[in-house]
Amino acid sequence: MADTPIDRLARATPSSLARRVRGLSDRAIAWVFVTPTILLLLAINIFPLIWTVRLSFTNFAANKPNAEVKWVGLRNYTRILTDPDIWQTMQATAHFLFWTLLFQVVIGFSLAWLINRKFRGNDLLTTLIVLPMMLSPAVVGNFWTFLYEPQIGLFNYAVEFFTGIPASSFSMLGSVTLAPWSIVIADTWMWTPFVMLICLAGLRSIPDYIYEAAEVDRASKWRQFWTMTVPMVLPFLMLAVLFRGIENFKMFDLVVQLTGGGPGSTTLLTSIELKREAFEKWRTGYSSAYAIILFVTVFGLASIYVKALNKVKER
Amino acid sequence: MKSHYLAATAAACLTLSMNQGAQAEDLTLCWAAWDPANALVELSKEFESQSGHKMTFEFVPWTNFADRMLNELNSGGKLCDLMIGDSQWIGAGAESGHYIKLSDFFDANGISMSDFVPATVTGYSEWPKGTPNYWALPAFGDVVGWTYRKDWFARPEIQAAFKEKTGRDLTPPATFAELKEVAEFFQGREIDGKTVYGASIYTERGSEGITMGVMDVLYSFGFKYDNPDKPYDMEGFVNSPGAVEGLEFYKALYDCCTPPGASNSYMGEGIDAYKSGQVALQMNFAFTWPGFEVDPNVGGGKTGYLVNPAGPTGERFAQLGGQGISVVSYSEKQDAALEYIKWFAQPEVQQKWWSMGGFSALRSVVEDPAFAASQPYAQTYLDSMAIVKDFWAEPAYASLLQATQKRFHDYVVAGEGTAKEALDGLVQDWTEVFQDEGKL
Repeated sequence: MADTPIDRLARATPSSLARRVRGLSDRAIAWVFVTPTILLLLAINIFPLIWTVRLSFTNFAANKPNAEVKWVGLRNYTRILTDPDIWQTMQATAHFLFWTLLFQVVIGFSLAWLINRKFRGNDLLTTLIVLPMMLSPAVVGNFWTFLYEPQIGLFNYAVEFFTGIPASSFSMLGSVTLAPWSIVIADTWMWTPFVMLICLAGLRSIPDYIYEAAEVDRASKWRQFWTMTVPMVLPFLMLAVLFRGIENFKMFDLVVQLTGGGPGSTTLLTSIELKREAFEKWRTGYSSAYAIILFVTVFGLASIYVKALNKVKER
Repeated sequence: MKSHYLAATAAACLTLSMNQGAQAEDLTLCWAAWDPANALVELSKEFESQSGHKMTFEFVPWTNFADRMLNELNSGGKLCDLMIGDSQWIGAGAESGHYIKLSDFFDANGISMSDFVPATVTGYSEWPKGTPNYWALPAFGDVVGWTYRKDWFARPEIQAAFKEKTGRDLTPPATFAELKEVAEFFQGREIDGKTVYGASIYTERGSEGITMGVMDVLYSFGFKYDNPDKPYDMEGFVNSPGAVEGLEFYKALYDCCTPPGASNSYMGEGIDAYKSGQVALQMNFAFTWPGFEVDPNVGGGKTGYLVNPAGPTGERFAQLGGQGISVVSYSEKQDAALEYIKWFAQPEVQQKWWSMGGFSALRSVVEDPAFAASQPYAQTYLDSMAIVKDFWAEPAYASLLQATQKRFHDYVVAGEGTAKEALDGLVQDWTEVFQDEGKL
């Protein structure tokens, strides 16, 4: 007789319990397994979400638990949606999102394309390229602050070397024009390897025989790239964009470390503003409404995007 | 014989009960992570040996101090038994019940607030302001002042160049106009083969930096928080013509005379810029001064200390810093924490506190005839403490501060709009906050 752990568990199960389980349908057993997870999800995801929706219609402040909580209807929502400062943070977030995604996709895909060839030191190079994404965003923010220093920063010296513009004549973090680009550059440096890895997985999933068949048909390299490589990697690329898009919509640590939202409010992203409203000003009701608006925005955009992604996969 | 046994047993019980009353506790004191905190650790060893209590410390860097500690207080956390909290927290500390009221304790233990520098009592201890309701003992007096490179000012070639450029002698600036003139003179100048800059001023965006810096200047230009006769009436006071001129001055100083990239500078960046010989003048809190005296680059007589310069009408004020020490109401060791405060208030402890680098606010220490000569910066500290003003200490101070940070940084660093628009906007923001608070 076999003596596997399953057998031992079966023997150890009291016969009364075993009888009861034996009497359950497959569907009921499935529910038994799934229920703890559903309860956990309800407790840590759904309930807080519903609670946040409720709070968003009140003037509740978490630092004044004994104060009277008033129902304010849609006031928090109208205040947010008509506040030009909030729209400015949305604009700053959109700028950051658009350019980081564009750069990361272009550079990430190009790197993956280059590294997908067989050459000596390929593995070492891949490891070196992915190093930035393994660092903590706080650390990356800190050392990019030094790199951007007008007097001692390597970045400014590199710009001087290539363009002749004096290093100390411009400040990446202090200039209204340059600061939004400074956070885009730092984030691109850190997260391009992530996009590269996903693209690399896509490129390596394309079977060699497809290219061999294309060679037989005398398809040019350019045609192979546009009609075979790009369409087959596209679902992977779109997935990378989805992950990075959601992550960058929530971007906080790197930007706080680099600019603190400044100069002025030039790099004040929605997540930084939300944190200030919620945990510095303690306007819990207001910030709940703000969080709901952001949630609906991300959820809506992500849903549309996932539909598009599924269509691409079906092609 | 029986009575002897009885007496002995009673004595033993009494001793036992006294020991239980004076049970050794493990007290946690929360403060910012900076040089004075290290001095306090040393100073507190004396308390440990005297009381039998053990002191542990929770120090948080300044940039996260308010976030971390206010969250701790707001959540009713028991981490801190004693809190050396910022002066602006006193309103929230009192009204939200984070601190225990100390007025009766002070009376019962002979601690008189009239023994402390009046500005520190108002700034760190009282809530509501101007009433004898005390929530903290002044622990560390601090104020924004200026340091300058005395050694550079003394060089004949620099003096001659300054005279040639401005037509007057190079002296420590007494007015803000002079300060800007000096800063402009040093900006981009070669000294010892190195390019130096005019001044390091506060421009930090994330916490309270630029507010502390701008306010330090605005007070002397006529800025007032509200109508002295009608609280929270801010129109024409916050955005008075003088205040607008003051804000324009601060921006002009930032544009003309700060080192490249100084768009997010606060205390630490100011210290670095000054110690590394980058700037001729530096705005910073007085707590930084002992560190300069012992620094190999700028210490040993190379640094001079200045009270905040006067504004265009001769008015002269300075931004208050510093903190009071409070007992956290959520602490389960309040008796031991009060013992600490009683010990800390003693004149001999305060004297030692000053000698170790802590800025005592006890009058017997600072009014001692030997005090002014005890350190090169002592007289400047005294003079500065006599002219202090502080930011709002209302329970909603964080909202008021955030609005100020945004308005000032938008105008001074990002160059958006005009000074008038920034201050008009500030009146609007602050009015909204006070309306939300039900004070308007």
